[in-house]
Amino acid sequence: MAGPAKKFRPDQMGYYNKAELSRVNYKPPREDWMDTKPEFRIGNFIYPAKPKNLICVGLPNPREWAPMDEDWKLPENWKEILLEGIAERLEKYRSFRLFMDICVRCGACADKCHFFIGGGDPKNMPVLRAELLRSVYRKHFTTAGKILGRMAGARDLTYDVVKEWFFYFFQCTECRRCSVFCPYGIDTAEITIIGRELLNLIGLNVNWVLEPVANCYRTGNHMGIQPHAYKEMTEFLLDDLETVTGIKVTPSFNRKGAEILFITPSGDIFGDPGTYTYMGYHYLFHYLESMGLDITWSTYASEGGNFGLFTSHEMMKRLNAKMYAEAKRLGVKWILGGECGHMWRVINQYMGTMNGPADFLEEPVSPITGTKFENAKSTKMVHICEFTADLIKHNKLKLDPSRNDHITLTFHDSCNPARGMGFFEEPRYVIKNVCNNFYEMPENTIREQTFCCAGGAGLGTDEMMEMRLRGGLPRGNAVQYVQKKHGVDHLACVCAIDRATLVTLCNYWAPGVEVTGVHEMVANALVVPGEKKRTQDFRFRPLKGMEEEADV
Amino acid sequence: MYDGGKIITGLVVFVGLVTFPLWSNVGKAAKKPDPKIDTPVIQQLAEKKCIEPKAFMQAEHMKILNDWRDSVVRDGNKLYVSSSGKTFNMSLQNECMNCHSNKKQFCDECHNYTDVKPYCWTCHIEPKEKEKVAWASIEENS
Amino acid sequence: MRLLLPLIAVLALTLIAYAGVSGAGMNYLFGVFIPYAAFLIFLIGFIRRVVQWGRSPVPFRIPATCGQEKSLPWVKRNRFDNPFTTGEVIIRMLLEVFLFRSLFRNTKVDLREGPILRYGSAKWLWLGALAFHYSFLTILVRHLRFFTEPIPFFVKWAETLDGILQVGVPAFYQTDMVILAAVAYLFLRRVFVPQLRYISLANDYFPLFLILAIALSGILMRYFFKTNIVGVKELTMGLVTFSPKIPEGIGVIFYIHLFLVSTLFAYFPFSKLMHLGGVFLSPTRNLANNNRAVRHINPWNYPVKVHTYEEYEDEFREHMKEAGLPVEKE
Repeated sequence: MAGPAKKFRPDQMGYYNKAELSRVNYKPPREDWMDTKPEFRIGNFIYPAKPKNLICVGLPNPREWAPMDEDWKLPENWKEILLEGIAERLEKYRSFRLFMDICVRCGACADKCHFFIGGGDPKNMPVLRAELLRSVYRKHFTTAGKILGRMAGARDLTYDVVKEWFFYFFQCTECRRCSVFCPYGIDTAEITIIGRELLNLIGLNVNWVLEPVANCYRTGNHMGIQPHAYKEMTEFLLDDLETVTGIKVTPSFNRKGAEILFITPSGDIFGDPGTYTYMGYHYLFHYLESMGLDITWSTYASEGGNFGLFTSHEMMKRLNAKMYAEAKRLGVKWILGGECGHMWRVINQYMGTMNGPADFLEEPVSPITGTKFENAKSTKMVHICEFTADLIKHNKLKLDPSRNDHITLTFHDSCNPARGMGFFEEPRYVIKNVCNNFYEMPENTIREQTFCCAGGAGLGTDEMMEMRLRGGLPRGNAVQYVQKKHGVDHLACVCAIDRATLVTLCNYWAPGVEVTGVHEMVANALVVPGEKKRTQDFRFRPLKGMEEEADV
Repeated sequence: MYDGGKIITGLVVFVGLVTFPLWSNVGKAAKKPDPKIDTPVIQQLAEKKCIEPKAFMQAEHMKILNDWRDSVVRDGNKLYVSSSGKTFNMSLQNECMNCHSNKKQFCDECHNYTDVKPYCWTCHIEPKEKEKVAWASIEENS
Repeated sequence: MRLLLPLIAVLALTLIAYAGVSGAGMNYLFGVFIPYAAFLIFLIGFIRRVVQWGRSPVPFRIPATCGQEKSLPWVKRNRFDNPFTTGEVIIRMLLEVFLFRSLFRNTKVDLREGPILRYGSAKWLWLGALAFHYSFLTILVRHLRFFTEPIPFFVKWAETLDGILQVGVPAFYQTDMVILAAVAYLFLRRVFVPQLRYISLANDYFPLFLILAIALSGILMRYFFKTNIVGVKELTMGLVTFSPKIPEGIGVIFYIHLFLVSTLFAYFPFSKLMHLGGVFLSPTRNLANNNRAVRHINPWNYPVKVHTYEEYEDEFREHMKEAGLPVEKE
């Protein structure tokens, strides 16, 4: 990065010149990829996990170390541990074994990765990311690789290879976009998950993942919010809600005997703009209470997200266990889940298998409309957008979409609900009913082809700024497109990580576009009996036509 | 979940498909083709030789016929001079079939064996061989 | 090196067959022994590899969803890109296996000054792959005329269709041309697209060269250096009826062709060509996205250490009581 602005540091957006950053060099280097080494520099890697976090959850090799150092203080038998780890996982995951064997390197995945599109590093082509692991697999687990070595694309597991793994498996957001285009469905997320699992065996992990993991383990949520603080923070936000709407909302926490338990990511209580969506949930639930909704929040299961997914399958299970455990303790009938991306990948594809069967719960039924959520009859967990879409369909909500007229909206499909669930129409249906000005981004950047925010899978930290901005180019560019074409000024999403990372991205690639959640839009439009004349939205901004009154 | 049943079913189908030639031929005696060159005309020949040597004819007869057709139809040239210097009429019906009048026992023998479908007879009139002879030959062979 | 060595290897294989038959007269080795061995290696190797895959379980149901899921009854869902039932999965798999649906989605990114990212349709790879695989299949099927007697109807159909242009004698097969063109395309893109050249291994070039050599030797044999085809069929029928013999008068070109094919068969189970079997087992494609309705079982699911509510309350009980949060133990 030549000529960076002096007043900024590499972990700040302003450090990176936009014109320079977007001139991507796609030309691969001359030397063979097996001979190149990654260049660690501030902005393209994440700091290692602090020992206290590893100790908290009992992960191996807690120590102080730095990726830019020569010595990573690995255990003496690191190679043995890794090879045994690979062997074990080949036995446990057909996906892993198969994906090691059948890739034909057709290259269809190459330009599907946001990090490659925005960065040009050939090892960010999904095929090569997988080859980093595949080459070692060939050398140590196939006859051809053992005999022919490099001729068969095999290479020994060396210290440098491990460093390369660390670099590139933490430059993948497990978004699965490449998998959509792969003729054999090879899923890089699966490879990255296993790659990270292996690295964790020898104590190579990043703090941005492990701190939330340790927090969640102990306090119930990634942010490390303790129970009393959770309640206080909620009350603080609900004071704002009262200022805007004139309505005092009094939610219940850890209440036994409630019908429904609500779980949402803690990121939304912690920082803007997630807080507005968080307030939106409360406003909606308050509205529905008089109609028969009996819902409670938990401070123990106060996290919808699961950074365990970015650590190992085992850690995912350990953190996810709280949801069912708390539902059982409180004796609720079913669970309602908030807007979050990877949370829903876990709930949809892992939770029932890992911590089910949830036979102590009942098949979810909406207490307002009587709708049976048959698609959730096993896990007994329903997405808030499904729930709300059903309410709107049955005319149970009094909505005034013109309250969102000061907003021109687009919708960002979050990777995990998109490609790990197929969650496209539910949020759109809700949005179209609460918002008059809605425009889609170009078709190659939405739905199953949606682009990552470049901060998922635990990469959404400022330490990663360069890679986040680069990887964010495809999404940012699509946002900029609708901003110019339709005057879009808000980007809605159903993901708490998105709400944390896309703010930076939009500021950089499409300044002027704000990030919001679907249920912030819902709550803006929701006409609640007894509310005062609405002049402001949840962000204390005047509604359209109310500019003067709101100033008062 | 292993889905072992499905995998085994798949493998059985796969093995069934790739070994098709092995099991589909069981019990069927593979009969080697035996083209007959004992027509009355050939038997009366002093020197029982085709227009070119046998090995060449086996491999190239289709090409010769094709060249003949082009030569006759396009250039009007109807004479063929063989490698041994003899001259022949470029005519399937009058030259070739004059000696090899037994299409069924000569042409078809190999063509059927290797599933070759020459389109000679879309224009030329197929020689009418006596039914009896045909039946007789089938009985002989079976 | 990645490109040159496979090329040399294929040329060497050709020479070996040539020298072995025409020089050393090892017709029996190349005409009988090696084909049998290659087929056995192929069959056993293929089964072993699939069984090896099958022995690892699918612990989680992880389909990559490429369309709207089944949710509320009035939401229109995409049955084939996001299947919910086994029947829908079968259709998804058929589309994948026979039409390469995922590859059909392929796009091409173009980054311009601005920056402006544009996504174009990129169907060439799909078309090339489809052309390649279907010519290969047709060629395989029509080769069955050498391995069956009487020849079944579908083989005759394949031949008639493939030679439908009725050009030349022996009738020209379109697939001969198509497969050469497709292999050439697949090869050239590996060489000329910089990213592809960068990721291509010797393992990628070798099968391309081998298949090219097989196609070329076959074409040469059919149209140019003709050989005694009746003799060839006698040999092949001898193989499939387990009464092998070496008829006289078969040209060396046939033995070269046969040896290259044998190499391909023997190489198959140890290579990326196993995607033939693998595509059926891919967990991101062959599973229904119905996890929330039907529980998937992980055979090695094991208990893990969790932080229980009791431990949590023990740590925060006083704070909770102070904040008015209910607790289990006073």
